Amino acid sequence: MIASTLAGFTGAALVGLGLYGLIIEPHPLRKLLSFNLVGSGVFLVFGIVARRGASGSYAFDPVPQAMVITGIVVAFAASALAVALILRLYAETGGVSLDADASTSASPNSDASG
Amino acid sequence: MVAVLLPVAGILASFVGGGRAAARIMLLAAPLVIVIAGAIAIQIGYCGQPLVYTVAAIPPPLGIALRADGLSAIMMLTTAAIMPAAALYARAAFEPPNGISDSRESLTFWIMLQAIQAALTLIFVGSDMFNLYVALELLTFAAVPLVCIDGRAETMTAALRYLLFALAGSICYLLGTALLYGEFGTLDMALLAQRMRPAPAVWLASGLMTAGLLAKTALLPLHLWLPPAHANAPAAASAVLSGLVVKGSFFIILRLWFDILPILPAQSVDVVLGLLGSTAVIVGSALALRQARLKLLIAYSTVAQIGYLFLVFPLASGANAGASLGWRGGIMQILAHAFAKAAMFLSAGVLAQALGHDRIAKFEGAGRALPLTFFTLALAGLSLVGLPPSGGFSAKWLMLQAAIASGQWLWSIPILAGGVMAAGYMFRILTPAFADGTAAIVNSPDRTQGAVALGLALVAIALGFVPPAFFDFLEIGRTAAALVAK
Repeated sequence: MIASTLAGFTGAALVGLGLYGLIIEPHPLRKLLSFNLVGSGVFLVFGIVARRGASGSYAFDPVPQAMVITGIVVAFAASALAVALILRLYAETGGVSLDADASTSASPNSDASG
Repeated sequence: MVAVLLPVAGILASFVGGGRAAARIMLLAAPLVIVIAGAIAIQIGYCGQPLVYTVAAIPPPLGIALRADGLSAIMMLTTAAIMPAAALYARAAFEPPNGISDSRESLTFWIMLQAIQAALTLIFVGSDMFNLYVALELLTFAAVPLVCIDGRAETMTAALRYLLFALAGSICYLLGTALLYGEFGTLDMALLAQRMRPAPAVWLASGLMTAGLLAKTALLPLHLWLPPAHANAPAAASAVLSGLVVKGSFFIILRLWFDILPILPAQSVDVVLGLLGSTAVIVGSALALRQARLKLLIAYSTVAQIGYLFLVFPLASGANAGASLGWRGGIMQILAHAFAKAAMFLSAGVLAQALGHDRIAKFEGAGRALPLTFFTLALAGLSLVGLPPSGGFSAKWLMLQAAIASGQWLWSIPILAGGVMAAGYMFRILTPAFADGTAAIVNSPDRTQGAVALGLALVAIALGFVPPAFFDFLEIGRTAAALVAK
């Protein structure tokens, strides 16, 4: 029981750290890493849920484990998409930042988009 | 359940066929999708109860069920109607250049459009919380490339920002799912509703899920990603993103609070959501009034109209007298906004193409040059403002009635103020257009595109004339738990 409680706390800490980074860090790549940190925390929580759901001859509840696998695949796809976007943005502009041009696209010299 | 598989089959076929074929596959599949959605709706209306399909015949909690009730049938029909409209509109814009049978841009566009359709359908019929998570992610991954399809740095930033907001939202939702599973050992909606009881984990989970979904729906404090993303996407994509995609995550919030958690004593949650919604109505409209570009104005108007959706929570929950009126008003608002906003974005696309820009100040005389487009904008605006007869009017009228019947008349202030402000920004578009002057037409507008936009606007108006039976149909299959609690 001690081990799973410890793992639970670790998961909670990862989620907390990740959320903090996601909100505070200005750089998209750091935001993405923070997202992955939250993701790891959530998967750990799923693991704990699986351990606590153990019953009968099963040491683990298999359903949350199946969900974790799906979750990892989704998070991986998300990270890949985000990295691709960041790389493309870097190649296009020589820098990566979320502010300025996106939030002030109402500025008069930006052209109309169809 | 063919409804989910058909777009997926379309995607696979598009990969094989390439850009030109993908457009044809989408347009051929569209009537089929409408027929299927219609058949589901008719069957639900005929039986008076929801259709349930268990995948591989394994019942929940181990298996996954798909469940279509009156509301999901209506949402599927709406999607099935707007998707081909956007596709017809986009056919000219995303035709691969002459001599080339395939271009990356067009292939991506058609595949992503079909992926959005598949994801939305899955959201509307999904009844497993984890299944919904996967559908939500599919929706995001399909929507983000649509935003940055033209590859300019500006759109790429908008897409990246959208993606990061969406990821933060979905990971919160996933954590909520984990906690719910830990508490109840199931994620099937009907079973969850039966086993639901107030517990700390439930509050935490529902808070996380709601916050995550709010980020995806772009309710006010989390709306920052929406205007740049929707305003920079190509017109056909904006219409789908603004009209349908944000409704996907809102639909799950509705399911969460009305179908799964009605037992919780959640008055304060309702009030908070209602307040956020009211703020969104006021601030979104005010920002829309200040925009210089038509597409940004329409995007901020979306922020305001999303605010209206959240007034459903204080108006339609609990045992108060107007609850059912409030519920109907909220659903009507989803539908009316979907059609009106799609029509507006498509007309804005026609305008931008014809004039070569979409600066509102330079519209002088454009009303005479492009009468059909401005007529469409005015019709859609009619619905957004809430003037009778239109879907928007019915929605606001029902909400007002609910606010007064339940004694919560304070909520009528944002409803009315939002209408007045919407009138303000509609006049800002139309006044310069009908002023004296001559607008230089760069490209002559495409007739089909104008007609498609006009058709959508007419549907938004026609929603004002739906018979009462339509609302009874919406009530089919609201879960037993929800009805007991009401």
